[in-house]
Amino acid sequence: MLATVWQAIADPWQEPILRRAFAEVVLVGVAGGMLGCWVLFYNLSYSAESLAHSLLPGLVIAALSGVPLIIGGAVGMLVAALCIAVAARVPAIGRDTSVAVVVTTLLGLGVLLALSPDTPAGLQGLLFGDVLGVTDGDLLVSGVVLVAVVAALVVLNARLALVGFDRSGAPALGVSPAAVDGAVLVLLALVLVAAVQGLGNLLVVALLIAPPATAKLVAGRIPVMLAVAAAIAVGGGIAGLYLSYYAKIASGASIAAVLVAAYVLTGLLAWGINQRPTRSLAEGTS
Amino acid sequence: MTRLAFAEDVSAGYGPQTVLSAVSFALHAGERIAVLGPNGGGKTTLFRVLTGELAPRGGTLERPPRSAVVPQTERSRLDFPVSALDVAAMGSISRLPWWRRPGRRERGTARAALDQVGLAERARDSFGDLSGGQRQRVLVARALVQDAAVMLLDEPFGGLDEASSQRLNSLLDRLAAEGRGLMIATHDVEQAQRWDRVLCVNGRQVAFGEPAEQLTPDVLEATYGAEVVMLPGDGGRGILSAHHHHDPG
Repeated sequence: MLATVWQAIADPWQEPILRRAFAEVVLVGVAGGMLGCWVLFYNLSYSAESLAHSLLPGLVIAALSGVPLIIGGAVGMLVAALCIAVAARVPAIGRDTSVAVVVTTLLGLGVLLALSPDTPAGLQGLLFGDVLGVTDGDLLVSGVVLVAVVAALVVLNARLALVGFDRSGAPALGVSPAAVDGAVLVLLALVLVAAVQGLGNLLVVALLIAPPATAKLVAGRIPVMLAVAAAIAVGGGIAGLYLSYYAKIASGASIAAVLVAAYVLTGLLAWGINQRPTRSLAEGTS
Repeated sequence: MTRLAFAEDVSAGYGPQTVLSAVSFALHAGERIAVLGPNGGGKTTLFRVLTGELAPRGGTLERPPRSAVVPQTERSRLDFPVSALDVAAMGSISRLPWWRRPGRRERGTARAALDQVGLAERARDSFGDLSGGQRQRVLVARALVQDAAVMLLDEPFGGLDEASSQRLNSLLDRLAAEGRGLMIATHDVEQAQRWDRVLCVNGRQVAFGEPAEQLTPDVLEATYGAEVVMLPGDGGRGILSAHHHHDPG
């Protein structure tokens, strides 16, 4: 019995493709889980999704022309920011609508390019993810992004906490909320570009939001929450790969499903624990 | 007495709009100045000018060498996962270069500051779990970590019960006795009478001086308009309409 279980656990590790996939989910899991906590603290979840969608045309064009994805992603983000700035100046559109119009248009354009019959096979991976197609070069990019994100979060930790806790009081302490917001958005773009290969443009936000949301249910301090979110993202990523391997379903979707399931289960557990003292109190007083 | 701050005919504003004008006062070491004014009357703008966050439009201003704002606790996020010690240690950030985070020494200073405000035993508690008065004292501790000679307190008594107000009051008295200058934005005219000076603003300076001389019915009416209710037979003391006590200013 034990041997069978061990066999089931060890089997996927025999294949180099899967070993690379495991390495990728560990690298982007740690970076995404930790940064995701700040995305959550700064209420940037919707911005993260918009950013992911607006990067798509840049990523597809970069992949088609052989340019590194990170450059395509950066150019895509700049184009999106410019389009939003221009659209927001049209009085009939307004700021909120301009974001929705630009993001939807860019996502549509990216999907059109990625799914065009003339586009080489494999680019669909940018939409739905293809962690099994991760190359050594992708792993290198993810590793560099991980080091950059962890270093930035460690160095900026106190300033990130100050702006998150007391945004209006931060300038009096010499910290500019705009500069800190900008740093979070740059790190977010880096993680999105690194993680989009594995999870796809449409599902990558699950890696950034579900693990921190789960960690917030169980952790009471920022360093603990960052560590728990990273552990959940890595654990969920590995569990998702096993699910994908044995159930023969898409890897990106499997990882997203496991991460969301972890949140729902933890939420239910936390709710159950919170209910218990209330019930005994009610029983005691009746 | 050492002069910590001085303003003469100072004005300030945002964009094309001037929101505060003709402000003239001096703050000395050990003084407590009550800053009275309606919501939107310019109290927060005055604090921003004094910290250097906002440049004055005109006039002469000597800013305090080291000043700290003690904000209303409601303006902080109570669901944010930080302890009282974390919040107090944030006061050291302004002195550190951008690449440095508060270390052991800064946390030691923060612990000492929490001890000074009587919260050493609550250092590890979540900020959001503390009572309103305790949260206010943690924010005072943050200002102590900033080593501020001047503290600018934004309605610190809002929402506090009697016991918490008294504890905070004696803490402020002690800080003034140590030689710090305090400017306290408040709507409580009765409390303002206890302090050394009063500065009334309503878009412009209405009055500055000793409370007993300045807090007249005319001054209060010019400061708060028709919202002041005068109590007969009470020496003309003004009591403000209820909503002023709780609205963030």
